[in-house]
Amino acid sequence: MTVASAPLRVLIGKVGLDGHDRGVKLVVRALRDAGVEIIYTGLHQTPEQIVSTAIQEDVQAIGLSIHSGAHNSLFPRVLALLKEQGAGDVTLFGGGIIPDDDVPRLKAAGVQMLFRPATPMHDIVDFVKGLRTDR
Amino acid sequence: MSQAGAGRSLKREDAAVMAEQVMAGEIRAVARVITWLEDQQPLGPAVIQQLLLPARRAMVIGITGYPGTGKSTVIDHLITAYRRLGHRVGVLAIDITSPVTGGALLGDRIRMQHHADDPNVYIRSMATRGQQGGLARATRGALQVLEAAAYDVILIETVGVGQNEIDIMQMAHTVVALVAPGLGDDIQAMKAGLLEVADIVVVNKADREGADAAIRDLREWCPHVIRTVAVKGDGIAELIAAIAEHERLKDLAQMPS
Repeated sequence: MTVASAPLRVLIGKVGLDGHDRGVKLVVRALRDAGVEIIYTGLHQTPEQIVSTAIQEDVQAIGLSIHSGAHNSLFPRVLALLKEQGAGDVTLFGGGIIPDDDVPRLKAAGVQMLFRPATPMHDIVDFVKGLRTDR
Repeated sequence: MSQAGAGRSLKREDAAVMAEQVMAGEIRAVARVITWLEDQQPLGPAVIQQLLLPARRAMVIGITGYPGTGKSTVIDHLITAYRRLGHRVGVLAIDITSPVTGGALLGDRIRMQHHADDPNVYIRSMATRGQQGGLARATRGALQVLEAAAYDVILIETVGVGQNEIDIMQMAHTVVALVAPGLGDDIQAMKAGLLEVADIVVVNKADREGADAAIRDLREWCPHVIRTVAVKGDGIAELIAAIAEHERLKDLAQMPS
């Protein structure tokens, strides 16, 4: 097997006090069907749990679903912890209910991509499949 | 782990340096070497060759059993118990790769996530990537990496297909097989496969109807049958004791006379 054909490993999870997991489960399924290895953490994760899981699992990317309105604190916290623990090379992306006004600030902070309601599934799959696999 | 060892620059590190970091218990190094082994990169085996295993070898416990019988939940409680006993715990949780798409949904650790921030617990989800027999291709290598990183209890969760998961016998010192009530009669218990490889059989979800009958049937075939209700933690202490007893007898059997 060549390096290029090694499957991508991506952590998908939900952070904070938010139980809306229908969307994230659809994303997990679409990515699995696209040949990705998904580590799914389930609900109610802390940023600390997400980052230590990402490091143990050696994922290329983390995708977080947030519908609670806490995106402005949770995404930056995950980014800060990644940097602190020497894992700043892990791509962070997300999805959920995120108002227009908040998007530029989160992207400037280092969130690579935010997928909001009505995003076609293939946009998410294309984004993930476009991540670098060499390491 | 040092900044110099972080990120993609790891690839250019010398195998000996990586091996040092694994033996120092650096989690990022442990994780990256397992990735190399999974991806069949030559650096993986190069690091393995440089690893020195600790004088006191790890206790390796395989957890197998039919899908949905509670393997991950039992492991969650075993982690808690072994941490209380002062051990460093490594977990390799294997799930199946889709033969159609090559993708995998690795969800075993959902049940174990409250151990995620414990620096003395390392959990790695592994996809089978086409390997038959219940384990991932890189399981043996990953086991060596965890042992070298001084995890002294290592739990391996097999995929859970049920009747052909015999590879775990080659790797674990003690194999625990889980069943749940209502999954079949005594003829199922007599079939070859899972129960034959088990040192200890656990009837989990034993608060459900049919548990007593299942235990009675199984005791005809297996010497060590334990009842648990893993979601409540019931029976976990008995399971820990049975594993310890099995390990002790195995050690005794291997002692020179």
